[in-house]
Amino acid sequence: MSRLRARRLDAARQQALSVSLATGAYAISFGALSVAAGLDVWQTLALSALVFSGGSQFAFVGVIGAGGNPGVAFATSTFLGLRNGFYGVALAPIVRPWRGPRAWWGAHITIDESTAVAIAQPDDNLEARRTGFWWTGVGIYILWNAITVVGALLGERVGDPTTWGLDAAAAAAFLGLVWPRLQDRRALATALIAAAVTLALTPITPAGIPLMVAAMVAVLAGWPTPRRPSVALVTDTSAGMPSTRDRGNA
Amino acid sequence: MTSYLWMWLAIVGAGLAMWLVKSVGHRVPEHALEHPRLVRIAALVTVSLLLGLAAVQTFATGQSLAIDARLPALAIAGLLLWRGAPFIVVVAVAAGVAAGLRALGWG
Repeated sequence: MSRLRARRLDAARQQALSVSLATGAYAISFGALSVAAGLDVWQTLALSALVFSGGSQFAFVGVIGAGGNPGVAFATSTFLGLRNGFYGVALAPIVRPWRGPRAWWGAHITIDESTAVAIAQPDDNLEARRTGFWWTGVGIYILWNAITVVGALLGERVGDPTTWGLDAAAAAAFLGLVWPRLQDRRALATALIAAAVTLALTPITPAGIPLMVAAMVAVLAGWPTPRRPSVALVTDTSAGMPSTRDRGNA
Repeated sequence: MTSYLWMWLAIVGAGLAMWLVKSVGHRVPEHALEHPRLVRIAALVTVSLLLGLAAVQTFATGQSLAIDARLPALAIAGLLLWRGAPFIVVVAVAAGVAAGLRALGWG
């Protein structure tokens, strides 16, 4: 059992590391874009250090680059980041006790990727979930800020990260994280509908909305009490769904 | 100069607002977290957000959708996951497939 736990911890660290690298590398385009939009290197770094939410930061400098004023940039950034508010609910049992610097930092590094890696760990292994959250959050924070500076200094000499397939790496990382959880039929059906809705809304709603609607789809699907409690998700999740594939391998 | 200060104000304000947004969810009372409905919804929100993120990351570029080198990369990632390949291998191979296809001039 302890060996199994150790292997699961290793899996959490491995996932945290690969997600940090794939995500952190994107900061190079953020840094370059921000400087191109007219912000200086310190302002660019401040956005990464203080806002620390990729989508919001890209939106902020996008608004400025398009000639918008700082107030609109602020509003767009905040609006896009609203989904981070939901993540705290899923993370609450992982980050608590909620006090002191732990709470301050725990909130600050509550983003897509740290949440994803944390909640992708087995439900019965709080240690692995904690490790996943902190290692991913802190790992990305360090890399994201360091690489932002590199991008800001290099400016237009920075190439496109998609040349290296980093966008596909991020997609594969999210798929890998959700994979073990798709064995439950109800979860699979809900996730497929949510993903379809997300894509359908992408061209017609402002960025950030599609994922929030995806979350609403899940809320609606989970609201009614299942008729057969024995196969309900509650039991699946609290039992940790020991997956047929070796989780330590994942 | 004034516009420079406004920019700084917006940056610090955006940071503060984001921190507050991120904090909200963490403040949900302990006993509420154990409610079966919330547990059920949390599990479904997890899979929905993760698959939604995977879908957006595969098909979306800004607000437009496209089929490009990311799709075959994700298909191979799915195949590797199905075969039980380690996470880091799956991520690295996906990057390699997309980069390779783009180097060949597709997607």
